[in-house]
Amino acid sequence: MSAASVPAHGPSPDSDVSHKTVLEAPDIRRALTRIAHEILERTKGGRDIVLLGIPTRGVTLAARLAGRIAEVEGEPVPRGSLDVTMYRDDLRMRPARALGRTELPPEGVDDRVVVLVDDVLFSGRTVRAALDALNDLGRPRAVQLATLVDRGHRELPIRADYVGKNLPTSTREKVKVLLAETDGRDAVVLEVPK
Amino acid sequence: MKRHLISAADLTRDDALLILDTAEELSRIADRPIKKLPTLRGRTVVNLFFEDSTRTRISFEAAAKRLSADVINFSAKGSSVSKGESLKDTALTLEAMGADGVVIRHNASGAPHRLAGWVRGSVVNAGDGTHEHPTQALLDAYTMRRRLGDLDGRRVTIVGDILHSRVARSNVLLLNTLGAEVTLVAPPTLFPVSVDTWPCEVAYDFDAVLPKSDVVMMLRVQQERMTAAYFPTVREYSRRYGLDARRLAALQDHAIVMHPGPMNRGVEIAAEVADSPRSTIVEQVANGVTVRMAVLYLLLGGSEPAIGGDVTPAGVSPNGDARRRSGDASRREDA
Amino acid sequence: MTHLIKGARILGGAPADILVRDGVVAEVGTGLTAREATVVDADGLIALPGLVDLHTHLREPGREDAETVESGTRAAAAGGYTAVHAMANTEPVADTAGVVEQVWRLGREAGHCDVHPVGAVTRGLEGERLAELGAMADSAARVRVFSDDGHCVSDAVLMRRALEYVKAFDGVVAQHAQEPRLTEHAQMNEGEVSGRLGLAGWPAVAEEAIIARDCLLAAHVGSRLHVCHVSTAGSVEIIRWAKSKGWQVTAEVTPHHLLLTDELAETYDPVYKVNPPLRTKADVEALREALADGTIDCVATDHAPHPAEAKETEWAPAAMGMIGLETALSVVHEAMVETGLLDWAGVADRMAVRPARIGRLSGQGRPIEVGAPANLTLYDPSVRTVVDPGGFVSKSRNTPFAGLELPGRVQATFLRGRPTVLEGKPI
Repeated sequence: MSAASVPAHGPSPDSDVSHKTVLEAPDIRRALTRIAHEILERTKGGRDIVLLGIPTRGVTLAARLAGRIAEVEGEPVPRGSLDVTMYRDDLRMRPARALGRTELPPEGVDDRVVVLVDDVLFSGRTVRAALDALNDLGRPRAVQLATLVDRGHRELPIRADYVGKNLPTSTREKVKVLLAETDGRDAVVLEVPK
Repeated sequence: MKRHLISAADLTRDDALLILDTAEELSRIADRPIKKLPTLRGRTVVNLFFEDSTRTRISFEAAAKRLSADVINFSAKGSSVSKGESLKDTALTLEAMGADGVVIRHNASGAPHRLAGWVRGSVVNAGDGTHEHPTQALLDAYTMRRRLGDLDGRRVTIVGDILHSRVARSNVLLLNTLGAEVTLVAPPTLFPVSVDTWPCEVAYDFDAVLPKSDVVMMLRVQQERMTAAYFPTVREYSRRYGLDARRLAALQDHAIVMHPGPMNRGVEIAAEVADSPRSTIVEQVANGVTVRMAVLYLLLGGSEPAIGGDVTPAGVSPNGDARRRSGDASRREDA
Repeated sequence: MTHLIKGARILGGAPADILVRDGVVAEVGTGLTAREATVVDADGLIALPGLVDLHTHLREPGREDAETVESGTRAAAAGGYTAVHAMANTEPVADTAGVVEQVWRLGREAGHCDVHPVGAVTRGLEGERLAELGAMADSAARVRVFSDDGHCVSDAVLMRRALEYVKAFDGVVAQHAQEPRLTEHAQMNEGEVSGRLGLAGWPAVAEEAIIARDCLLAAHVGSRLHVCHVSTAGSVEIIRWAKSKGWQVTAEVTPHHLLLTDELAETYDPVYKVNPPLRTKADVEALREALADGTIDCVATDHAPHPAEAKETEWAPAAMGMIGLETALSVVHEAMVETGLLDWAGVADRMAVRPARIGRLSGQGRPIEVGAPANLTLYDPSVRTVVDPGGFVSKSRNTPFAGLELPGRVQATFLRGRPTVLEGKPI
């Protein structure tokens, strides 16, 4: 699932739900650092890459990844955001919602290696929508996917190239990613209905 | 729940801001090579135009098509309507076609309201008689916000035939919702007698209002108003209420000039004013498509509309206390 | 034909029995018995003189799709009426002896209530030349009320002449007070609601200016003037002033103007579109007070049937008018009796006695006493029902009261001793 389904105010206070923190701030830090190195390795030093975060938390994660890659390589990494709302296949299951921002770096995406960044990979439908959205923006040489948490339960033939943490879950559970920039602290929380 | 955009009063402040913010994001698409979004694929939007208005129809058509909706244009001329078919029968035809949204332009005030009672889809008012034109007000607000930023506390002066203007009605309601201060300027003959109950100021002296205006919006004045003695001559109207270069110079540096079109150059607005950099008239047209995309998306894009109001149900209580539909959008009852 | 009405409260008073024989009230008292009389149990019912409507559109000839004399008079009987005045705006217009006699004859044949045709003041309602008022007065229909209703006799000279001319046969001109220029394209009361809805305004002054002029004209020539469907507080003030001068001015108010306001136009449903338009709450209050204190003499329905397609449209092209015969008494009950403004004797006065007097109907609006023609209405004030147009007798359904809960029900109506309604159902 994309960040769009995560409330901005952290875990809900519902008493019939138990919260289990599965990643603490240092875990998230290490995971992102590892992903940054993997991206560099897989893309031969990050040549021609563009990081596109999927709003809201994917954008924050893309910014952090870009920072780490720039630290290693000494050069800024082009990044932007890709809103997929208008491309979703579940629009008619909920009221129309506010749009996130789509903002490409000046380099654009043509002939680049686009790394999509999202917080949680679940059904894969968000990524499918992202691929469609990307298709309308240009023609990347390749598209890769980075996610902080892969919680399984894919409904489409989609897999991540870079995973911070594989987290086996049941479909009844919810995974919430909290980030300091939007939520005041870093954590990944598993909500289990009692 | 069924919701429509018939009056600017249907919109809460949150609704209005959601539309403007959505339009802001959608405007970026206009710069892309592929301007089309798949959002309304499989949805049908009917443009039902009982009044000639090529500009508004094209604007709605472009908006719906950029969202991949199927668009059916139904214009009264040359159709069964001109052969005397009633609005109700037309509505039943639309039902048979399965219209998800109906955009209606009609010369009778309240026609969209009636239509909403006869069709299942959401109704968007594209101008009804002398009642309202809410998407025009939205694109005006959007244009103002792009030029001036937040509208809270901004002073907007609307000049012209207020009595017969659907644009003025919708703008007064919407701008009030958005926190702007509206002043209406016209000869007293061209105000409704009850204008003192509207959430705005009223003035007869254009020159006195000019220096404190952030926005001056000029309304079209029709020649036939003169024959009905609303004012003595076009020349006198133009002298007292027209925006010419002298009056333009009296405006603050940041102030902008708007006109919903079509203009009567030389009557309510001088040609040099219409073409000046202060004028947003061309932008207004371009912004129309984006704002209408936002409206169509928010009404039709989800499982149920995210904006808008329900129509006032018929029915009375003793003393005729019908459910009130007012400029105060917070009174809207919705679930 | 003999009926013994048991236990009716005459004008809301103590229960009494009323023996009706040979078309007249034969006996009034308690514990009455009569052989071979049909007994009508009127326990808890109020007995009123049969109601008289000064303002009914029966639509025949011309618009039989909306109403006929037969259906309209059945509806009238169902509403407790024993006499109606049929307005002249038919097709052809009732502006000759021939047309008024036709309508009068259709009424006699239908037999549900007396039909008194109203003659047009001007030929074809065109406001240019006087119709043959005398010929209509002398016809079998014996026309005494003349009106161009739907149109105002706006020409001051023509109005003066009409007022003068009808003196010869004790006629009255019933004016539809509407200054035409001030109401061109007008759609609803001019005020806060019209401004907001963008519907062209119908100013109160357009009615009041004509009423003021006509009162002065009536005084000047010493004639009787009747003002149709008074709708504004200002009109009430002018009529009150004219009456204080001793001038022969009478006035009517419709049930809908006693109950409904212009805010209903917010629905844009033309079922609320009517001429004169629904006004404001302040006007409604002034009209109720004026009816209570007698400034306004009577209630007249302005029953105006229209086929469904005339109302299932946008507001502007929709026809003006509302039906009202079958709901009038209940609306007056709600607006005037429940509010304490009128008692049942007052209702009888405003809905039977005075309209009969204005129309010069000798056999209608008489007290319920021995020897009077047995024109009676039995009304059950204890029930409250939701108005359902589906159950109406009228051919048309354009009631603004649909869905509204109103008090009371007409249980029986007698026209010269013959029941036209029994147990709430027209015969």
